[in-house]
Amino acid sequence: MNTMNQEAPERREIEALLPWHAAGTLSRGDAERVERALSCDRELARRFDLVREELHETIHLNELLGHPSSRAADRLFAAIEAEGARAPARRSFDLAGRVAAFLSSLAPRTLARAAGAAAVVLLVQSAVMTSVLLPGGDNFILQSVPNTDGVSRIVVRFVPQATSADITKFLNTHKAELVGGPKDGNYTLRLAATGIPKEGLLNIVRQMQGETKIVDFVATKD
Amino acid sequence: MQATSDEVLIGRIASGDRLAMQVLFARHHLRVYRFVLRLMRDESVAEDLISEVFLDVWRQADRFEGRSAVSTWLLAIARFKALSALRRKPDQELDDETAEAIEDPTDDPEAALGKKDKAAAMRKCLAGLSAEHREIIDLVYYHEKSVEEVAVIVGIPEATVKTRMFYARKKLGELLKAAGIERGWP
Repeated sequence: MNTMNQEAPERREIEALLPWHAAGTLSRGDAERVERALSCDRELARRFDLVREELHETIHLNELLGHPSSRAADRLFAAIEAEGARAPARRSFDLAGRVAAFLSSLAPRTLARAAGAAAVVLLVQSAVMTSVLLPGGDNFILQSVPNTDGVSRIVVRFVPQATSADITKFLNTHKAELVGGPKDGNYTLRLAATGIPKEGLLNIVRQMQGETKIVDFVATKD
Repeated sequence: MQATSDEVLIGRIASGDRLAMQVLFARHHLRVYRFVLRLMRDESVAEDLISEVFLDVWRQADRFEGRSAVSTWLLAIARFKALSALRRKPDQELDDETAEAIEDPTDDPEAALGKKDKAAAMRKCLAGLSAEHREIIDLVYYHEKSVEEVAVIVGIPEATVKTRMFYARKKLGELLKAAGIERGWP
């Protein structure tokens, strides 16, 4: 049953949006509008099926185009290398920049060098996406710092092999957040709970010490 | 694991971080390559152009203002470079005739239909669209660009984006009809 007037401008407008609805790139409001129209207009729904066929085959056609050779990457990075180092630029939307700088400071230098030398770009991507959020350091030190405001802070150092997923899980497990660092390879964590007694804090420290895949040395400071 | 966002990568590239450049390239070069290849129809030229696109990103990252997605910015640069390259080659025009030159692994529409391969015929007809129509269909369906993003990349008003997409699909329906596939639309 077709409950919509096929000549109505509203219907034409909805129909024009079908390709974007199929691709999932409409705003929530437009998507809901299209869904409502599809639910009560069989002909429109049939045309939406045609759109979905087109979408499927367009993706297939593009995938048949294959991949570029490594020549493109070689040419690009040779050109970048030839341009040499440049001074850091400050950017206008710098919240992201500051976040980037923070994340950059966490990346192990050795990994950055190794990845920079890697010839296979996809491997580099994999390495970077794994490591770019990682704190680094050669050893691990964990110590409590004097508690002056009821908030427990702990200074930590992570093993270089720890992944961002490991560290995220570590922070979640211990209900802690990263609030500072790196300073001499150390990072400051703040525990979510406040007013933790000394024995409770020591228990948390001991639990952290047990996570040897993320930490390889723990020391407490009383 | 949360991958570093494209915007963060651009910030790092603006500071001269080559590693961030490698990540951005690895993440986007395939789609940019395919977008350019569909315009240029020459793999070697497309490879050269994507090098130039990303070299522009390296040089101009500090000018990226975040008003559009990084992928949209990349496609806009790629499109500009591809069209500039096409203008330097008068024998390669953006018209229906050059569509015939595109390499397609499928049979012609009739033969494909003979094999009851509607999908193959559809791909052949998609490949047979004019560059303008092919471009907008690729941007919407393959590159998943919104109306607003297509408008930025192609440099046309949003209303024109919708109209162009409509006519591209209409033309596709006509090609399919000519190939013996009646869809009941247009």
